[in-house]
Amino acid sequence: MDIKREDLLRLYYYLKLTRRLEDRVTSLYHQGKILGGAWTSNGTEAVSVGYGYALEKNDIAAPYFRDMGVFLIRGITAKRIMAQYFGKKTGVTGGKEGNVHIGDLNFGVLGFPSHLADNYPVGTGAALAFKIRGEKRIAVACTGDGGTSRGDFHEAMNFAATRKLPIVFICNNNQYAYSTPLQLQMAIKDIAERALAYSMPSKVVDGNNVVAVYTAAKEAYEIARNGGGPTFIECKTMRMHGHSEHDSAKYVPRELLEEWKKKDPILNMEKYLLENKFTKKEELDDVDVRVKKEIEDAESFAEQSPYPDSEDGKKGLYATPVEGEERV
Amino acid sequence: MREITYLEAIKEALDEEMTRDPSVFILGEDVGVYGGAFRVTEGFFEKYGDWRVLDTPLSESGFTGAAIGAALVGMRPVVEMQFADFISCAFDQLVNVAAKNHYRWGAATPIVVRAPYGGNIHGGAFHSQCIEGFFFNVPGLKIVAPSTAYDAKGLLKAAIRDNDPVIYCEHKYLYRRIKDSIPEEDYVVPIGKARIALEGKDVSIITYGAMVHTALEAAQTLKEKGISCEIIDLRTILPLDKKSIFDTVKKTNKVVVLHEQTKTGGVGAEVSSLISEYCFDYLDGPVIRIAAPDTPVPYSAQMEEAFIPQTKDIVSAVEKLMSY
Ligand SMILES: Cc1ncc(C[n+]2csc(CCOP(=O)(O)OP(=O)(O)O)c2C)c(N)n1
Ligand SMILES: [Mg+2]
Repeated sequence: MDIKREDLLRLYYYLKLTRRLEDRVTSLYHQGKILGGAWTSNGTEAVSVGYGYALEKNDIAAPYFRDMGVFLIRGITAKRIMAQYFGKKTGVTGGKEGNVHIGDLNFGVLGFPSHLADNYPVGTGAALAFKIRGEKRIAVACTGDGGTSRGDFHEAMNFAATRKLPIVFICNNNQYAYSTPLQLQMAIKDIAERALAYSMPSKVVDGNNVVAVYTAAKEAYEIARNGGGPTFIECKTMRMHGHSEHDSAKYVPRELLEEWKKKDPILNMEKYLLENKFTKKEELDDVDVRVKKEIEDAESFAEQSPYPDSEDGKKGLYATPVEGEERV
Repeated sequence: MREITYLEAIKEALDEEMTRDPSVFILGEDVGVYGGAFRVTEGFFEKYGDWRVLDTPLSESGFTGAAIGAALVGMRPVVEMQFADFISCAFDQLVNVAAKNHYRWGAATPIVVRAPYGGNIHGGAFHSQCIEGFFFNVPGLKIVAPSTAYDAKGLLKAAIRDNDPVIYCEHKYLYRRIKDSIPEEDYVVPIGKARIALEGKDVSIITYGAMVHTALEAAQTLKEKGISCEIIDLRTILPLDKKSIFDTVKKTNKVVVLHEQTKTGGVGAEVSSLISEYCFDYLDGPVIRIAAPDTPVPYSAQMEEAFIPQTKDIVSAVEKLMSY
């Protein structure tokens, strides 16, 4: 698949933006400036950036919590995300929710429910709606390796395959579910083997290669869009930080981290762009300057934003309020 | 006006809503070719086709989650649980996704989950449960439980048109046992409004579902003994129509709360607490709860009869209350 230079540079920009945003969140977490915890996709950014960038405008994403690239690419701004981390009124959920528990239908992003793999059936339902209405839209759902052991993962895969729904399932296989390594999670070698049980085509891709993820996703999306049914894509990568920023991840062998450090997705992409003469070092430096500025602006926006009213927490339960509900 | 059964009322509501609004569709186990375990959707597959009456794999969490996803992008799915009991498999999707979507990130989730519930049909512990209590403590859900064919139709239409997740508890025992005169024209019964099933002045019986009919029988017996009962049919369990509850308490000053659900932590516990908290000065006696004992639903006829509240239980509770 040919990718335009412009798209390659956009992919690079989103990799950088994701990395820098989450790095900043990590620092702010350690300074005690954000509320609650901080979960990042450090080292695995190519997964969300790759599959997020391959979507068309009207498609729907049902992400999980290490999908920062998807949120940004779809149009949820760094400002709103940073404000979300601060628990501010201007955050994506106005303070109702924390960190990456976000979604925004204006940008085709379904909210992430903490319960892992819940978004597999939910994404499948969006695809079902497209199929019923005869629309040429697709859905994509993502979860981690850990989430693939849950019933919802299997129920969604089975239903989508049975009805040939226009959905693509992504798995961010970062080798660990919190502290639990793959060999204690499943007996199979590739998570993609799970797709066999549903007669669903699958692919294993290098999750640290954004072009590979993008290409695999794009191809699968086109198959789904044209009535060919779902595909499962396993992106093999490595979680380079702890499960969340409070976790030192001592249980991960240092050698494993050293080995994966050399395969960093951003360094990978820089090398690819420079060696193939798509760009020059200066242009990449410019991207970084732009990204840094964007993050700084996001942070000051978040800091200056007001907190929500404590009374706001009582609002918005129902979409159709019940008359007299607040009577007592 | 025509006489139709409770089951036909549900069927008519579904049929009319599917005709009116192309975004309404049905999914669940055996709802298509077979027409549903209770034949509620019989003929729908032929009329609306296999993409609006979807037979799903045996997979309650999967298809409930799928209904939620479809609702988020503009559909109005109606999920059929084959028996309400199996809704436990979809608990997570309902409680953590559907119920919280609007509050957490502002997205409406207009789904209806039809839950054929309740006992008296010798179904045993897995085919007779009252499930409203499982979800009663979940902000964001709505729960309705019609007792008449008229309300069955009107509440289902309201549930389908509502923008929130609604668990629609349809009592299996009533399916073919009760009939009502139903208007020809379109109507809805608003969610959140109880009704007075019987006007009275001496004592209030607050109830819902099949127990409304048991209460009516008891009221007849009590009338012969010179006691006038007022029966409140809650119709909506979540959120409760507190005004109707308080109004009847203020009128009769004596209250029995009745349901088929087990007693501890049930809907009756909440109704009773609300009354003691907000209507204490109006009470002439304790709020008495009549409910199923805290066991699974037993199978054998004698045991099931002892499990489900009976007319005589209501009569003796009311007589006891009248002594205050
Ligand atoms: C159903 C469920 N159980 C437990 C948790 C708590 N939890 C959050 S993340 C996590 C590990 C997830 O591992 P994986 O799916 O591999 O995703 P990763 O964090 O590695 O990206 C756990 C156990 C959860 N969110 N959902
Ligand atoms: Mg993992």
